[in-house]
Amino acid sequence: MGNVTDAKICMLEERANVIRQSIVSMLVEAGSGHTAGPLGMTDIFTYLFFFALNHKPEDPTWNGRDRLVLSNGHICPVLYATMAHAGYFPLEELQTLRKFGSRLQGHPHREFLPALETSSGPLGSGLSQALGMVLADRIDNGTRSNKFFYCMLGDGELNEGQNWEAIMLAGKEKPHNLIAIIDRNNIQIDGFTERVMPLNDLRAKFASFNWHVQEIDGHNFEAIDDAVNQAKVVFDMPSVIIAHTIPGKGVDFMERDFRWHGVPPGSGPEDEVKKSEQAAKALEELRTLGGKITCGDK
Amino acid sequence: MVISNMLSKKQKLNTHVLTDTPDLVPIRNGFGEGLLLAAEANKNIVGLCADLVESTRMEAFAKKFPERFIEIGVAEQNLASVASGMAAMGKIPFISSYAMFSPGRNWEQIRTTICYNDVPVKIAGSHAGVSVGPDGGTHQAIEDIALMRVIPNMVVISPCDAHEARKATLAAAKTKEPTYIRLAREKTPVITTEDSPFTIGKATMLFETKRGAPDVGIIATGALVHTALVAAQQLEQEGISVSVLNMSTIKPLDTSAVFDLAQSAAALVTVEEHQIAGGLGSTIAEVLAEHNPTPISFVGIRDQFGQSGTPAELLTHYGMDVKTIIKAVHKVLSQKNK
Repeated sequence: MGNVTDAKICMLEERANVIRQSIVSMLVEAGSGHTAGPLGMTDIFTYLFFFALNHKPEDPTWNGRDRLVLSNGHICPVLYATMAHAGYFPLEELQTLRKFGSRLQGHPHREFLPALETSSGPLGSGLSQALGMVLADRIDNGTRSNKFFYCMLGDGELNEGQNWEAIMLAGKEKPHNLIAIIDRNNIQIDGFTERVMPLNDLRAKFASFNWHVQEIDGHNFEAIDDAVNQAKVVFDMPSVIIAHTIPGKGVDFMERDFRWHGVPPGSGPEDEVKKSEQAAKALEELRTLGGKITCGDK
Repeated sequence: MVISNMLSKKQKLNTHVLTDTPDLVPIRNGFGEGLLLAAEANKNIVGLCADLVESTRMEAFAKKFPERFIEIGVAEQNLASVASGMAAMGKIPFISSYAMFSPGRNWEQIRTTICYNDVPVKIAGSHAGVSVGPDGGTHQAIEDIALMRVIPNMVVISPCDAHEARKATLAAAKTKEPTYIRLAREKTPVITTEDSPFTIGKATMLFETKRGAPDVGIIATGALVHTALVAAQQLEQEGISVSVLNMSTIKPLDTSAVFDLAQSAAALVTVEEHQIAGGLGSTIAEVLAEHNPTPISFVGIRDQFGQSGTPAELLTHYGMDVKTIIKAVHKVLSQKNK
């Protein structure tokens, strides 16, 4: 069992909700960008930045920090919004997303925002980089290192062959402190993952490469916490958490619709809500919790 | 006239360089020696290889420092990005494979995870050029200089012999920039010595005519620097005065050395075992066209793939031998004198 208390879960749910509101607002202001993935991964990012990560937002390059590598760079609105809420930079800066001169580039660029661990965008390279970090750390701190290296991946991203090169190498090197988290939301740009390029039995695939595999509900904080804790105690194997998430989570008219993968509110499909009303409707639903997130004693 | 007097004293060159029996050593050997020395001096040096440990000469390092060596397997994309991750943690990774596969196959990983991140990964690309020989065109990287020099932050070095390769490796181990070091498989003449000066970004004048300003300046890189020296010797004998500049760093380009030679000779020939498009010739032409237009003739590969054969057969077939250089000098000289 994990160690997240009910009170903590309540706090995390509230945080996730305001982070989702920030994601919607910043995407509306940017006028372009990805919506479904960031909303779907908000709970996991919130859990990591407000509970699991050993980090110091006021000292982002502190050497003792855990590392979080975002491989599917296009979901950066959730990374930026979570970092801002965690205190890495001012919340107002979120409104500069994708604008000229902004530190918040359309896809993450470490040269602009040094608090990022890597630059990313082209898919399939993050796991290799996270693994490289782990291997470097092992040279310095041995197999007893207490630093953890998280790599966030998309499911569609697993079409890229380089992932499997990294998965194979990790199975060989067996680092105990590499934790890959896959956003299993079943969509990619051209449609459902199993139609574009079937991933089939992901659990069996990873297991056959000598990974420790867990599958969870990526919106259940207790389940997320359990899985991360279990991944941390597994020794002599890298860990993967396949997190089943709902793309567009929290906004009813976006949920499970792959057409919301790469567009911001205001530019999405109009069969349920007119473009001009999408932003306001999404924010209203999040602010009122839309009946989805319930929290006893707010 | 004693031609050997025209070899630079300052550069402390190998005394056999223009004899019939020059010393022969593969350029890649210099990388192997340099990596071992660099690793002995700095514990942050790590090595990664894609199943070519012996032939890229990473073997001595891997044997001496097994805890700092990672065998990646035949996976060049992973090779580049794992190295990027290690560099992000303070390591100075050297990665090696054949140039055709790294940087050939993993260009985007080099661009995004190494250069865009601006981390000090050092890429050793062995078996560059058609002189790989019998393996054939699939294994002959003749586009690698072009691929690497167009990426911001990347430094591109093309050593002329094993000594320069060793010095380039040692020098690259001390810099913060992503760096590509181009290596060759075959034994080629040793031009320089232990004592010859080497600095990243500095061209060296190896052969200087004693008859005032040269009629033609030759700028060469890699193993073909020796071929250029042999051509220079023959040209001097037939009465054409030439100087030979060794451009061992393609990027950043030693522009002042290029301008000096362009101004004194007023006609240039570039020599490289690479496509003319995007290679040394293009690099020189770009800066001269903008700042100091000068007639140039290019020696290199003209938009073709390689094939199987001996190195000598291939260098002749694709027009990178002594005869072709001499012809190019005559051609540019007639342009100059028009």
